[in-house]
Amino acid sequence: MATTAATLDQAIHHAHVDDRSFLRKYVFSTDHKIIGIQFLIMSLLFLALGGLLAMVMRWQLGFPGQAMPGGGVLPETMAPGGVLLPEFYISLVTMHGTFMVFFAIMPLLVGVFANFLIPLKIGAPDMAFPRINMASFWIAVPAGVLMVAGFFVEGGHAGAGWTAYAPLSAMPEMSGVSLGQQFWCVSLVILGLSSILGSMNYIATIINMRAPGMTWFRLPLSIWALFITSILVLLAIPILSGAAIMLLFDQTIGTHFFLPADGGQPLLWQHLFWFFGHPEVYILILPAMGFVSDIIANGSRKPIFGYHSMVFAIVGIGFLGWIVWGHHMFQSGMNPTLGMTFMISTLFIAVPSAIKTFNWLGTMWRGNLQFHVPMLHAIAFVAMFVIGGLSGVFMAATPVDIYIHDTYFIVAHIHYVLFGGSLFAIFGAITFWYPKMFGRLMSPFWGKVHFALTFVFYNLTFWPMHELGLKGHMRRIYDPSEYEFLQPLAPTNRFISIAAFLLFAVQLIFALNFVLSWFFGQKADRNPWKDTGLEWVPPSPAPHGNFDHTPTVYHMPYEFSHPHATEDYVPQNRPLEGQTRPAAAPAGQ
Amino acid sequence: MDWMLPPAFSTFAPDIDRIYYVILVLTAIAFVIVEAGLIWFVIKYRGRPDRKAYYTHGNATAEIVWTAVPAVTVVVLGIMSGPIWNKVKGRDSVPADAMPVGVRAQQFEWHVTYPGADGALGSADDFTVRNQLHVVVNRPTVVMLTAEDVIHSFFVPAFRLKQDAVPGMEIRVWFEPTQTGRFELACAELCGLGHYRMKAFVEVHTQEDYQRWLAEQTQAAATQ
Repeated sequence: MATTAATLDQAIHHAHVDDRSFLRKYVFSTDHKIIGIQFLIMSLLFLALGGLLAMVMRWQLGFPGQAMPGGGVLPETMAPGGVLLPEFYISLVTMHGTFMVFFAIMPLLVGVFANFLIPLKIGAPDMAFPRINMASFWIAVPAGVLMVAGFFVEGGHAGAGWTAYAPLSAMPEMSGVSLGQQFWCVSLVILGLSSILGSMNYIATIINMRAPGMTWFRLPLSIWALFITSILVLLAIPILSGAAIMLLFDQTIGTHFFLPADGGQPLLWQHLFWFFGHPEVYILILPAMGFVSDIIANGSRKPIFGYHSMVFAIVGIGFLGWIVWGHHMFQSGMNPTLGMTFMISTLFIAVPSAIKTFNWLGTMWRGNLQFHVPMLHAIAFVAMFVIGGLSGVFMAATPVDIYIHDTYFIVAHIHYVLFGGSLFAIFGAITFWYPKMFGRLMSPFWGKVHFALTFVFYNLTFWPMHELGLKGHMRRIYDPSEYEFLQPLAPTNRFISIAAFLLFAVQLIFALNFVLSWFFGQKADRNPWKDTGLEWVPPSPAPHGNFDHTPTVYHMPYEFSHPHATEDYVPQNRPLEGQTRPAAAPAGQ
Repeated sequence: MDWMLPPAFSTFAPDIDRIYYVILVLTAIAFVIVEAGLIWFVIKYRGRPDRKAYYTHGNATAEIVWTAVPAVTVVVLGIMSGPIWNKVKGRDSVPADAMPVGVRAQQFEWHVTYPGADGALGSADDFTVRNQLHVVVNRPTVVMLTAEDVIHSFFVPAFRLKQDAVPGMEIRVWFEPTQTGRFELACAELCGLGHYRMKAFVEVHTQEDYQRWLAEQTQAAATQ
């Protein structure tokens, strides 16, 4: 039955809609799904590059001063004889963070899934502004090219950390880097334009293009999360762009916003950067929380526990994100009285985070748990996000922060949130929505192998970093063996490096599964996970224009295991037992 | 995995360590509750063909409990942390009898200026030594922290003390060592390619030792 309908749909679309040229269909496409897939391929390549840079760093930290196997291919300016130079090491530190935050995790969460999911999940044919949407991808491409090009210019790439603290970042004579840092600034301004165009589009689409019956409190949590995230992007990115332009001017045309010798303020950069940077941190986690909510409800075959609390927690985290930036600056020389204020606002983030965690547990409670690959990643997200959230409490407490600030404790914390949290959610989300993107399922067997190995090596890599931090190991240092008090930690560093190499290696399983399933994966029907969302209404892959007729939404998302339903899920476009009309007025009225 | 902090040798270090262990216990409890709950649910509610999930949209009492408990806990943590923060970093925290020392951070070394015999900075008998900070045990020292070029960070792990040095600012930060000996001073803020080797040591003397060292230095300065 389903196959017949799917064939019929495709026939209709081929006959009436899809006569676009190859170039229009797959390259300069205005189809939100193709744009999402373009972002997916680009950001997975950057994820691999960012990971590779981390491996080079881990070599130096585990085996300081030894020639890196294969390091001979690097030029003299980076690693003569395969031994890393300190200036190259700090470029690696800087660019690992930059690529992962701006070119991998952020586009994976927002560029990929906001594009792919929003129209499909709210029952719309496409984005509100499809051409602007296309522009947002093609603006991101030159930004990426420029950011990679920075490695090959004289003086090497930016080396002031992904946070680019001035005056180091603003003074080529102090950092030895001129062009590289300028490429960094220009690239981020261009990428920022892409993000702003994208988020404007997502907001307009969610507000205006919801299908009849899709009221605000019937939106899936992934859409709520992407909506709040888009608002954060729209408000936060211009601050970064402005700051990056100021930094560029300080380096090139003789302004002195951040240069104290001429009356500038080094701390101004930190305030601007973190006023952007902390909302950015939530941009990097909120969508992940949304995907995990969708997947856990599906995998538990239960409605999400406390849907309204989950929505308010997303909004709460989005709001708190604006008033906590000072916690990055407790030891910066900022007025210490502000420390108390920022400590309290920061500690309060624990509240919405706890609400979300316990509601995920509540969703699994008395469920009928299906351990498909997306569910495994979603459970790992909860388990790891808890660790990242709890380790945040240590740094929020200002006295403890005096000691652990700028140590490996913060490195462990950020990776428990961004890898243990966001990246596990991304692996889960890619596996979950892959059939809707490509019409085929990723291999569940290799998906489970990849999950298990990643989970183990991930924890072996990042868990011991807490210990390094507690012993005082500073971050961003090229050679820990310089310090007597760090010498006993050398075996731990070596252990972490080996675990990291293995962690990187097993990602090959995911890469192969991703590419090969595209061609050889098991064909997916419309709704392979038996889910309730509207994205499962059209065939897999969804055709241009998505729906052959606009769906009507009858109820909240996540109607799993309804007592009066015959199956254990009721899609949003199908009335519940005894329900004849949409229970609420259609959206927009 | 060792969650213990290394030995500490300053007056406020035990306060910092105590709040660390309080947080360690609280977060360990939360960690065990959540992870054990997760594992228990994964085993107990694993899917079986004959199982039907319990249909519920939530529970208001549960929501109130898991909102209120973390909220109260973090307020208590804030109340416990505030006074310690003020004691170490507060505007008026520097003890009145603290011995002043000037520390100027510069790529990639620490210039330490001593007040000389008169005990006051900015007088003729000041002298500067590179990468050595000599202080007296059981006596507070106040560091007048400045930076020449870029941001550095003054980090003495054994004293649980860290403070960024910012060009264009003079930041006063104090500590009181509780034991004689030599402790490492590290730069904790990325300051350029030599950041990893921007290190010095803190030598904590008895009062007599310090006077002897001071006399040697003053003599050396005089004969030059």
